[in-house]
Amino acid sequence: MPLALDGNALRLKDDDDVAVALRPLEPGSTIRFPEATIVAVAAIPSGHKIAMRPIAGGALIRKYGQVIGRAVGAIAPGDHVHVHNVEGTRGRGDLAEVTL
Amino acid sequence: MSAATFQGYRRANGTVGIRNHVLVLPSVMCANFVVERIGRALPDVATVTHPTGCAQVGTDFEQTKRTMAGFAANPNVGAVLVVGLGCETNESKALATEIAARGQRVEVLGIQETGGTTETIARGIELARGLLAEIAGYERVACPVGELILGTECGGSDGFSGITANPALGYASDRLVAAGGTVILAEVPELVGAEHLLAERAAPAVAAKLFELIERVEARARAMHVDMRYGNPTQGNIAGGLTTIEEKSLGAAYKGGSSELREVVEYAERPSGRGLVVMDTPGQDIEQMTGMVAGGAQIVVFTTGRGTPTGSPIAPVIKVATNSTMFERMRENMDVNAGAILDGTRTLEQVGDEIYDWIVDAANGRTPAAETLGFNDFAINRIGPSF
Repeated sequence: MPLALDGNALRLKDDDDVAVALRPLEPGSTIRFPEATIVAVAAIPSGHKIAMRPIAGGALIRKYGQVIGRAVGAIAPGDHVHVHNVEGTRGRGDLAEVTL
Repeated sequence: MSAATFQGYRRANGTVGIRNHVLVLPSVMCANFVVERIGRALPDVATVTHPTGCAQVGTDFEQTKRTMAGFAANPNVGAVLVVGLGCETNESKALATEIAARGQRVEVLGIQETGGTTETIARGIELARGLLAEIAGYERVACPVGELILGTECGGSDGFSGITANPALGYASDRLVAAGGTVILAEVPELVGAEHLLAERAAPAVAAKLFELIERVEARARAMHVDMRYGNPTQGNIAGGLTTIEEKSLGAAYKGGSSELREVVEYAERPSGRGLVVMDTPGQDIEQMTGMVAGGAQIVVFTTGRGTPTGSPIAPVIKVATNSTMFERMRENMDVNAGAILDGTRTLEQVGDEIYDWIVDAANGRTPAAETLGFNDFAINRIGPSF
């Protein structure tokens, strides 16, 4: 599990779209990974996710190397990734055809 | 290196208990008051109350009966007193017969037959006192660790559950399976999105049954036209950083470790063999815990991020905190701090070994926080309406 060099976040698999904040991050805080430095553009509470790269609206989002949902709009690197910009792809009975 | 044996209670039916309780169980909610009063008079007996046992039909009634009989026959219980009313669907003598058929010592009382509340409380105290005396002489003997059935559970999960506590519990689960034991992974709605990873480690027929359970959950969401996310992940899970059910599930599935999935069982059904098993329970913590204990789990390890105090009246429940902040804040309710993994003070394997040692110690009689505090949570999962 790649831990940020500054210990601010953890990316569970190398290619994940998101990392998990290990402490509360204020906007402007940096997270240094060997391959890139990400600047938080929103407040990220501890345990919440931060985007590691640009994510297009409608794109599947990966954590643990697995799909955890779909972006409902474009997500910028450093943004908070949560219920305001991610929808689930499973258990979505709300999308089922209404049969009368 | 932990011992390959622990000191347990070898029951006449071959199962092994790690506690020696007398359980007083109402067959129907109408007997709750009497059961509570027996418990108040005799603090040494374990009691449960519940809102079920009458005007139930079909698979819902079958599941309620199976849960009560399985819970009463759990080897942590040395003897049972069933208290019924007399006119209930879940007839108390039939329930007692079912409990006895599972090899358990059981007495039964009906409130209508005995002649009212006060007389039944008095008779119940007398019978329960007799059962306490009867089992007091049972001695602990050396039993293989492989006799243990571990229920795994996570409640009040947060963004750290899938990073610290659940993988550490998975490490302990793998050790128990390697020692010949059984591990139950449950809360099927919290496997939605992670089922393919479990199916890869299962024989085709077992994988097919797992997919069937997952489909039942999603079919229910479709029938109700709801997004599961309105109820699961819960508000607390979302505040803790979990965004979707898939994300919660991927973290939750770590609890079972990495061994082969050997069997998929119904709610409160006893596994037929050993190794890793999935049980069909809801994610609701207390219904899940009750189902696993009714399926024979003598012990539960429960990971929590937000801080869930839940405990069973008959089985020790070991609490593992996912983060140090909550561990310190709710110190009296917690047993192991997996937050130490993120703090960098302990490795995942060290915490996993600590959990495994706790399991063996608890089997030998060490009491985790929820047991010391005297919790007696109990709830039966309903799968149909009352009539």
